[in-house]
Amino acid sequence: MNEIFMNVGFWVLGITAVVASLFMVTRENPVHSALWMLLTFFAVAGIFIQLDAEYIAAIQVMVYAGAILVLYMFVVMLLNPKSTGFIKLPAKVILGAVVALVLFLQIVMTLMGTGVIKSAQMTGINLPEGLSNVKAFGAVMFTQYIVPFEVASVLLLVAMIGAIVIAKKD
Amino acid sequence: MLTLAHYLVLSAIIFSIGVAGVLIRRNLIVMFMSLELMLNAVNINLAAFSSYLQQMTGQIFIVFVMAVAAAEAAVGLALFISLFRNKQTINADEINTMRG
Repeated sequence: MNEIFMNVGFWVLGITAVVASLFMVTRENPVHSALWMLLTFFAVAGIFIQLDAEYIAAIQVMVYAGAILVLYMFVVMLLNPKSTGFIKLPAKVILGAVVALVLFLQIVMTLMGTGVIKSAQMTGINLPEGLSNVKAFGAVMFTQYIVPFEVASVLLLVAMIGAIVIAKKD
Repeated sequence: MLTLAHYLVLSAIIFSIGVAGVLIRRNLIVMFMSLELMLNAVNINLAAFSSYLQQMTGQIFIVFVMAVAAAEAAVGLALFISLFRNKQTINADEINTMRG
């Protein structure tokens, strides 16, 4: 029963993510693109829950869908760009699509070339009794990866100051 | 039966759509959105391997990828605002002042 549920969930979420990202790339209006990207983010959050990453799913919704997407919407509505936003020559659009397709086929061929990955079963993370995903995550993050964590906070500070300085008038 | 390959192929599809978006779109904001899409595909990959190898480390790295994505979005969009103020366009084909 759980197996069927996982399978149905994967296909529904995966197809939603792929279709929404295709629409995101092909819509002319940037506002529509942003809204389709929102759907992609939610589908990817569902995939994260399937992969035993509940905390990551939560911050995916809060940071990506909540913060980054709102920032994009603000800029789109602030600038109100007139251009349709596609490459002018249709031949170049086809060329870009072909390049992406070739890249995809290369990745898949590489994946299928490694027999281990092809047959690898998803076992999931078995946490010890009484330890939630967030607790296990925090235990690793704030012991083993405390220095990268602090560096990331400095990066965010630099980005914040940089954004203010760059976007300032004059 | 779900295998690791299912998740990796899904991630590859989303990554390729992101690459196509960067290549065929000329609106800088939508090109940036495609970039976020590619980072999301990488995140799926990290989560899949984290689950497969039963290691928490993959999920830690997703948080760092998200931090970099947020920083990049903030600085990039500030650049677009500054660019739009000076040139009244955010079409990548029309920004060619430095072309010889």
